[in-house]
Amino acid sequence: MELGVLQLIAIFIVSCIAGMEGMAEEFQMHRPLLACTLIGFILGDLTTGIIIGGTLEMIALGWMNIGAAVSPDSALAAVISTILVIAGHQSIGAGIAIAIPLAAAGQVLGILCRTLTVFFQHKADDYAEEGNLRGIDVCHFGAMGIQALRVAIPSILVAMYVGTGAMQAMLNAIPPVITGGLQVAGGFIVVVGYAMVINMMKAPYLMPIFFLGFVFAAFTNFNLVAFGVIGLVIATVYIQLNPKYNQNHAFAAVAGTVSDDELD
Amino acid sequence: MQKITSKDFFWVFLRSNFHAGSFNFERMHALGFCFQMVPIIKRLYEGEERKKAMKRHLEFFNTHPYAGAPIVGITAAMEEQRANGQDISDSVINGIKVGMMGPLAGVGDPIFWGTLRPLTAALGASLALSGSIGGPLLFFLFYNVVRIVVRWYGLKYGYAKGTDIVKDLAGNKLQKLTEGAAILGLFVMGALVNKWTSVNIPVVVSQVTMQNGKIATTTIQTILDQLMPGLIPLLLTFVCMHLLKKNVNAIWIIFGLFAIGIVGFWLGILK
Repeated sequence: MELGVLQLIAIFIVSCIAGMEGMAEEFQMHRPLLACTLIGFILGDLTTGIIIGGTLEMIALGWMNIGAAVSPDSALAAVISTILVIAGHQSIGAGIAIAIPLAAAGQVLGILCRTLTVFFQHKADDYAEEGNLRGIDVCHFGAMGIQALRVAIPSILVAMYVGTGAMQAMLNAIPPVITGGLQVAGGFIVVVGYAMVINMMKAPYLMPIFFLGFVFAAFTNFNLVAFGVIGLVIATVYIQLNPKYNQNHAFAAVAGTVSDDELD
Repeated sequence: MQKITSKDFFWVFLRSNFHAGSFNFERMHALGFCFQMVPIIKRLYEGEERKKAMKRHLEFFNTHPYAGAPIVGITAAMEEQRANGQDISDSVINGIKVGMMGPLAGVGDPIFWGTLRPLTAALGASLALSGSIGGPLLFFLFYNVVRIVVRWYGLKYGYAKGTDIVKDLAGNKLQKLTEGAAILGLFVMGALVNKWTSVNIPVVVSQVTMQNGKIATTTIQTILDQLMPGLIPLLLTFVCMHLLKKNVNAIWIIFGLFAIGIVGFWLGILK
């Protein structure tokens, strides 16, 4: 499918936003669930975009920037794989297969860009010497511009050439055993994200709660909302009953009764 | 008397939505922090003092982007006092910033990256898998409402309390919140590992023809499911946790699982 100029412009804008958000992580526009949906909408197949978004989102669930650590690039993976699936007529399985190497490549690009933006930090020092506040804004948005282009340039290149015969031939050359295998792997690859989240909690003593959730899910048909509510109840009760948090209370109660007696 | 106006405050809030956008490896969020302080510096300082204030806030800074919002509020309060003649040195301002960024990142990471985002995203994704627009919408609205509320009240709280906030941090309020979030997060992760994964090992162990002529096939998967559904994903999760603790890059683990998928599919032991 050849893309029109308007579509290319729209893809450029969305991928710029996704790129900046990949660094800022505020509105979550870099998450596959949102980025894929928008690209799907631009390409005229919203439903497929949403489904790819949901599938990739589960894989990317634990991808996060903590401290100086750079996460795999969910924005780049989301935008390009959606273009390839919808405009390049690939299966969702193939799209996911392509998304993962893209996320790895994006991680390397991310490290490069975070190094490039040191330039703006130093430029800001110069503006501080002059007392130029506008300069700080320019530097901040300049650095964000680098992050925008990190995703926008590769995405727009793919979008421009997705309709060409060479690109189609390349995509069609992927053997079915690979796409089939990747589809199978998609079913359990999500555990990497789950493992990342569990590790980052740094609370091994709370693992019984994890097993409780696991067994609950194994033998019930509750949906995620139900699990959320039950989890919240367990958390509340745990905090309320935990002696660690109740020492002051107990003390206050004792002190209260003593003072009551005195009043009598 | 120089006073920060509510309009300045609102601009700081708007700017705070780009907090980590200019991250760099040298001073991380330093530029983003100074960017948020621009309306405050503009209001309070001129000439040499302005230059000094700008330099002060271009020092190294790194915390969780939204959990760190109170730090911006406190810094604004301290700068206001300083501009009105109180003796607050550069090192005090920097000390408060540096002293708070660690504890707040320690709270923000498990609450936002570990609980709120995986929960809302998984909820959204589970709806999205059937192609429903409700999935992405729910995730976007739910997450951002919480985020914006935390940002706005964090900023206000920090500004109102000023340096008194350090006492609040020492109490167990934040510890309760973090531990509660971890419990909720882990409970839902357990459910996700069980339900939102799929492994099928269709290797036939035995085939028995029943009296009514039906053929009952027993595969490895049916045996495993009789024990406990989801055992293989549970095992894989622990393997991944172990590898991640050994600092293996997540992408390599994902590639490894892909390889297992392809080989398993090719040999017919995974479907």
